[in-house]
Amino acid sequence: MARFTVNGKSVDVKVNPSMPLLWAIREHVGLTGTKYGCGIAACGACTVHLDGAAVRSCVVPVAAAEGRQVTTIEGLAPGGALHKVQQAWLDHEVPQCGYCQAGMIMAVAALLKDKPRPTDQDIDATITNICRCGTFQQVREAIHAAAKA
Amino acid sequence: MITTPKVSRRAFVIGSAAVGSGLALGLKVPFGPGVVRAQDGTPEINAWVVIRPDDTVVVRVARSEMGQGTITGLAQMVAEELECDWSKVTTEYPTPGQSVKRKRVWGDFSTGGSRGIRMSHEYVRQGGAVARTMLVQAAANAWGVPAGECSAASSVITHKPTGRTVSYGKVAEAAAKLTPPDKVPLKDPKDWKLIGKSMKRLDTLPKVTGAQVYGFDLRLPGMLTATIKDCPVFGGTVKSFDADKVKGMPGVRHVLPVGASAVAVVADTYWEAKTALDALPIVWDEGPHAKVSSATIADVLKEGLGAPQAFVNNKNGDAPAAIAAAAKKVEAVYGYPFQNHATMEPMNATARYTPDRCEVWVPTQNGEAAFAATLAASGLPADKCEVYKINLGGGFGRRGAFHDYVTQAVLLAKQLPGIPVKLLWSREEDMLHGKYHPVMQAKVTGGLDASGNLTGLHLRLSGQSILTAVFPQMLQNGMDFLTFQGLHASGDFAIGYTVPNLLIDHAMRNTHVPPGFWRGVNINQNAIFLECFMDELAHAAGQDPLEFRRKLMASHPKHLAVLNAVADRAGWGKPAPPGVYRGLAQMKAFASYVAACAEISVAGGNKVKVHRIVCATDPGYAVNPAQIERQIAGSFVYGLSALFMEECTVKDGRIEQTNFDTYDSMRIAQMPKVESIIMPSGGFWGGVGEPTICVAAPAVLNAFFAATGRRIRTVPLKHHGLTLV
Repeated sequence: MARFTVNGKSVDVKVNPSMPLLWAIREHVGLTGTKYGCGIAACGACTVHLDGAAVRSCVVPVAAAEGRQVTTIEGLAPGGALHKVQQAWLDHEVPQCGYCQAGMIMAVAALLKDKPRPTDQDIDATITNICRCGTFQQVREAIHAAAKA
Repeated sequence: MITTPKVSRRAFVIGSAAVGSGLALGLKVPFGPGVVRAQDGTPEINAWVVIRPDDTVVVRVARSEMGQGTITGLAQMVAEELECDWSKVTTEYPTPGQSVKRKRVWGDFSTGGSRGIRMSHEYVRQGGAVARTMLVQAAANAWGVPAGECSAASSVITHKPTGRTVSYGKVAEAAAKLTPPDKVPLKDPKDWKLIGKSMKRLDTLPKVTGAQVYGFDLRLPGMLTATIKDCPVFGGTVKSFDADKVKGMPGVRHVLPVGASAVAVVADTYWEAKTALDALPIVWDEGPHAKVSSATIADVLKEGLGAPQAFVNNKNGDAPAAIAAAAKKVEAVYGYPFQNHATMEPMNATARYTPDRCEVWVPTQNGEAAFAATLAASGLPADKCEVYKINLGGGFGRRGAFHDYVTQAVLLAKQLPGIPVKLLWSREEDMLHGKYHPVMQAKVTGGLDASGNLTGLHLRLSGQSILTAVFPQMLQNGMDFLTFQGLHASGDFAIGYTVPNLLIDHAMRNTHVPPGFWRGVNINQNAIFLECFMDELAHAAGQDPLEFRRKLMASHPKHLAVLNAVADRAGWGKPAPPGVYRGLAQMKAFASYVAACAEISVAGGNKVKVHRIVCATDPGYAVNPAQIERQIAGSFVYGLSALFMEECTVKDGRIEQTNFDTYDSMRIAQMPKVESIIMPSGGFWGGVGEPTICVAAPAVLNAFFAATGRRIRTVPLKHHGLTLV
């Protein structure tokens, strides 16, 4: 059992505290924009913000979210608007299959909060999500565009 | 949630009988002069184009969108001929069940082999053209004027003499009642306005908001979620399992056998199912292959390199004699491993079964194949089955010919009638039960005369046949012609060199590890075998690798054109930046001509940086250049990940790698700058999603030799101590 806030709404999930936050979000809160890719924090498809920092939710026990603020792709921008990263993704047509993109966008949004004008080196060091379609060239373009937005 | 294609009360379906009759299948389309009514009473003529009164155009697309942009490209082709307002275009999938009822009006659903556009461009354009003709005729009828006096543009029909106009939505119902013309002339490519333009993809927004529903995300009322373990040794079975040990665990509803080789836990949620499955004691009968390893497989292939018997695919002259008589003989042995697709979204399918109906929701590259798997597993006839396609979280060939996960989901659902069962594979299951890139070795032998001219070439392949395992009916007297992709004498996969004495043959050596179609299929290894060896020959002859190739390519002008294009753009023959070295490769695959020039540097002898790859492709026609650029760059990510990082090794009959920690994939830091030269020469339709993948690896390997003097002949490079940085 854990109480925390998801996208500004308080939730109370009655689950084993060792359940990964990913599955609490997907199967108990019912938000499926956050994806399962590996379950071992290798791919980043499950990236969400925990108190504003990017975490790979497939290895964060739900107990660790107790009392904290979780933000998912659905809550990145309030009220149906697009966050500047999402807008840049749209403008640069980044997604191919799209499955990894929610995690990618969440990782980038956290990066831009820390470093509003990231260098290519910052991007290389921070954005380590796997994309099997291979959208990286557009991802990089869109990050720089979002930073300027 | 998932939308099943349906015609709204106020929508009208327009199209043409010619569309269907143009198909290779030669099936008669059941639509004639009479108006066919959809379930809601809407008059239908045919199935490609739906126009709503608000002028929204819904284009039905049978191929599957898995990121490659095919729904956008196909919609562009319909819209080109339809002359509709692109801003009002949307798409939807017809279902395989509807297709069966309509005698396959939508043609082939299969989305693989880079076929999406190149195999359906004609009939989808006809669909648009016929619909436009009918809309114009309906307007002309309403105005009492000859159709020839009317024109259509941007969803508006204009009567030129009087300037009267009407929008498509207003005449759609009347148009739907008209007899479709047999065949309408298609536009000359020079008049295209949408085809060839980088129209924005139609499916981006839900992918950036998290709203897009993938198979993993599906929710149905009363649904349970299952996860599964199949015997880790291919060919093994379940001996026993102790369900009582896990039945009391939270959320667990059922522990069920699935076929002879698998066990699934069905629970309220995935996490509960997985937790219980991990705790479930299962005893396997590992079957006859439990001792097989990568080393034993390699030995079998090695024997094939010198075996007297082999399938000959491409032969002219007498290569062995020419090589024996050559002034200089060059020989090299190459190897390519098993590789998994590792789609980001693991395999999954959802099924609901009752004795009267079986429905499946599945991300699939081939709705019809999923439908066939549903029929077979459910035992129900076609009129009692349906498959709803969901967009895919990656395909790359894993979700086309193979629907093992559909079979499993239906077998589970049959044991729980009426309950929708969503079967999700863990990443580990996905890694252990792939349909792997075939394992292959090659011995390549070449003879050079005293002037360094290539007089003979023998390329002996030894390894797995995909067709033998998957579509044995397609073998040609036992030969798997797909094994020779990129090496054929002619056709969509024609070799680009003229060699006076040539022999390309295949000693088929199959293994118990199931092979499959993996993005690019057999061009991945064949491009390495051929193009790295061309580089070896050039160096043995003391010639520039570009000039050496050019001499053999005089009769292959389109191959040569793309090679020249990358050489020119990359500045081949001019000094590279300090420490940077170049390598070349070219191929024809899936009817497109492709070439690459890679620029790399090597630090410390083992840290490889790929700075830039210039790539050229001639796909005949380029429908959406921006999406082609993305496919090129994306194919290099897949191809370079495979080159540097990926092998599924076999130990004790099973695959050893279980996740991305041991089966890695390229990250953004390792991404080279990809420069694309799209040079469509017209007159043919080539593929886009796959062809370019094959030239990245040999171009990088040849550049690595240029940088270090070291030849690497087996994949992946991690086994040689090399890392991509």
